[in-house]
Amino acid sequence: MDILRFATAGSVDDGKSTLIGRLLYDSKSTFTDRLAAVEDASRRRGDEYTNLALLMDGLRAEREQGITIDVAYGYFATPKRTFILADTPGHAQYTRNMVTGASTADLAIVLVDATKGMVEQSRRHTFLLGLLGVPHLVVCVNKMDLVGYDQGVFDRIRAEFAAFTTRMATRDVTFVPISALHGDNVVSRSPEMPWYEGPSLLHHLENVHIASDRNLVDVRFPVQYVIRPQSTAVPDYRGYAGQVAGGVLRPGDQVMHLPSGLTTRVAAIDGPDGPVDEATPPMSVTLRLADDLDVSRGDMICRPHNAPAMAQDIDAMVVWMSERPLRPPARLLLKHTTRTVRAVVRELRYRLDVNTLRRDLSATQLQCNEISRLELRVTQPLLCDPYSRNRLTGSFILIDEETNHTVGAGVIN
Amino acid sequence: MSLEMLEAESIHIIREVASEFERPALLFSGGKDSIVMLRLAEKAFRPAPMPFALVHVDTGHNFPEVLEYRDKRVAELGVRLIVASVQDSIDAGRVVEQTGRRASRNRLQTTTLLDVIAEHRFDVAFGGARRDEEKARAKERIFSFRDDLGQWDPRNQRPELWNLFNTRIRPGEHIRVFPLSNWTELDVWRYIGRDELEVPPIYFAHRRRVFERDGMLLAENPYQSPDPSEVVSEATVRYRTVGDMTCTGAVLSGAQTVADIIQEVATTRITERGATRADDRTSEAAMEDRKREGYF
Repeated sequence: MDILRFATAGSVDDGKSTLIGRLLYDSKSTFTDRLAAVEDASRRRGDEYTNLALLMDGLRAEREQGITIDVAYGYFATPKRTFILADTPGHAQYTRNMVTGASTADLAIVLVDATKGMVEQSRRHTFLLGLLGVPHLVVCVNKMDLVGYDQGVFDRIRAEFAAFTTRMATRDVTFVPISALHGDNVVSRSPEMPWYEGPSLLHHLENVHIASDRNLVDVRFPVQYVIRPQSTAVPDYRGYAGQVAGGVLRPGDQVMHLPSGLTTRVAAIDGPDGPVDEATPPMSVTLRLADDLDVSRGDMICRPHNAPAMAQDIDAMVVWMSERPLRPPARLLLKHTTRTVRAVVRELRYRLDVNTLRRDLSATQLQCNEISRLELRVTQPLLCDPYSRNRLTGSFILIDEETNHTVGAGVIN
Repeated sequence: MSLEMLEAESIHIIREVASEFERPALLFSGGKDSIVMLRLAEKAFRPAPMPFALVHVDTGHNFPEVLEYRDKRVAELGVRLIVASVQDSIDAGRVVEQTGRRASRNRLQTTTLLDVIAEHRFDVAFGGARRDEEKARAKERIFSFRDDLGQWDPRNQRPELWNLFNTRIRPGEHIRVFPLSNWTELDVWRYIGRDELEVPPIYFAHRRRVFERDGMLLAENPYQSPDPSEVVSEATVRYRTVGDMTCTGAVLSGAQTVADIIQEVATTRITERGATRADDRTSEAAMEDRKREGYF
């Protein structure tokens, strides 16, 4: 059984919490004591219905304000799959928390209110999910009950979305007409919409093919930790531990070490329970090499004729996450794979209006939650790929050295 | 497949800590989650020993079977164990013992924990907490920043993207790291079954003298006495969580093997904390409040 990590984006008004409540409740994944606590809290708040938002809004401030502020993680399973749900906030001022939840997602659900159609928030979410390279999108057109389950409404919204998403890299976009309130097309197909021939949302989540989303072509192994016991039992053991970020590694393979460019062979691969014949993403393994090379944390193992770029000038899209605006030139720390380097933001090429996708070339600074294309110069080369090719070797975070806060998230062009 | 993915993620997290921090500690209670975490830490550095000290915050109200298990496991591994005692904190006047019927040392542990972190200048501490346990924990980052007073600020958490963890702190601050964040109770038991890990015997069905309080079955114990209205009787029970004897409830169960437990956990409709922890029942935000103060 595999794991599907998916994110939901939206606000209470779109029926997001109702939808999550439905998924958890109808797939029998809600525990009775948790539900009883939510019923009790709903009553005390004076809600007229069981407020399923309270299932996920776990912080006091969220329950008081009735909004999702930070990501909440939920876990459920069906006989087909295990699910890790990252429920993320919809409001623009919490964009940074939304991208946190979406960065590791295999799939994301965008909710659209059928009575309103595509609004600014839908555009922003869809764009951000595309930027973060979430491979599968599901657009749930919700509240179909309020538009008489009209196929015309659904088709119109679908066309509107399709026009927007063709400009993005996301390849797989699925549309499902639902009513989260009544459960139409959430867990099982709804008799109210015979014109809809696709699967229910849960059926889609259970069956969407994600195995091929991983890059199994380009071998990328960022060295995380050197294991060298120097004990009498294993005097000569020297292993390079890390998580496979791409490709397939096997004992006997010719590999190249970066930054040195020296080549050697993989002598053995140690998994958590002993030697293995093969390592693929996202396995955490330890490589033993045939030759003694000078390998340390932050280095990369790849194949001789398929190496990542060694770049000191980085062109990236960056989501800014600090209340303190970014004004180039600015000095920051940059963490990429297992390597942390100093970086200077040299130029802000343009700021992107995520609602209209318009480029503002005159922008000179970046506010919190804004997105921009930046040019950075790093003190030590990054061993990197375009994000569209590899989400792990194509991403980085920016850290403010004064406050130690994570202030930016970048994807390399 | 899913256990292997969770294992890979946890090992990556544990190695990241070993790479980027100077003085790590692993909080080990002898409960099932910390047993799995300890096993993952062992695997992450093989054939080298794990580069961590173990820390146990001992409330003085623990189940003796669990302490016995703890000491046995530590001896097997040959690692250093630091026991931080709540009784010592009380004796030193750092905290005041609660009185009354609901007296518990649960909250007092926070001071003992923060004191041992400060005393040994640990810059990071691994905890076995899981996000599926409780709604405030469902909101916490894997690398969770604590200020110089040990406090968690849920409104101001560092964004945590991809597998890139921000490990930067100033002296006096520390990070709590939760390698099992994405594991569920069922995953933990499946892993214990798969790897044939030993657990304290109280996780399996046994006969025990218990009394009912607030809908929970508390063990007859030396630290609290039942009210006259609370009848002590013998029952076949097991523990789903391991905490203080004074606030950890047993569940009626006939589960004698790990396979029985997996079957039971897969079909239960009540969360483990809901079934067994009095400390979470004090208010809707009990866990959030304790975590803000520096709790596990």
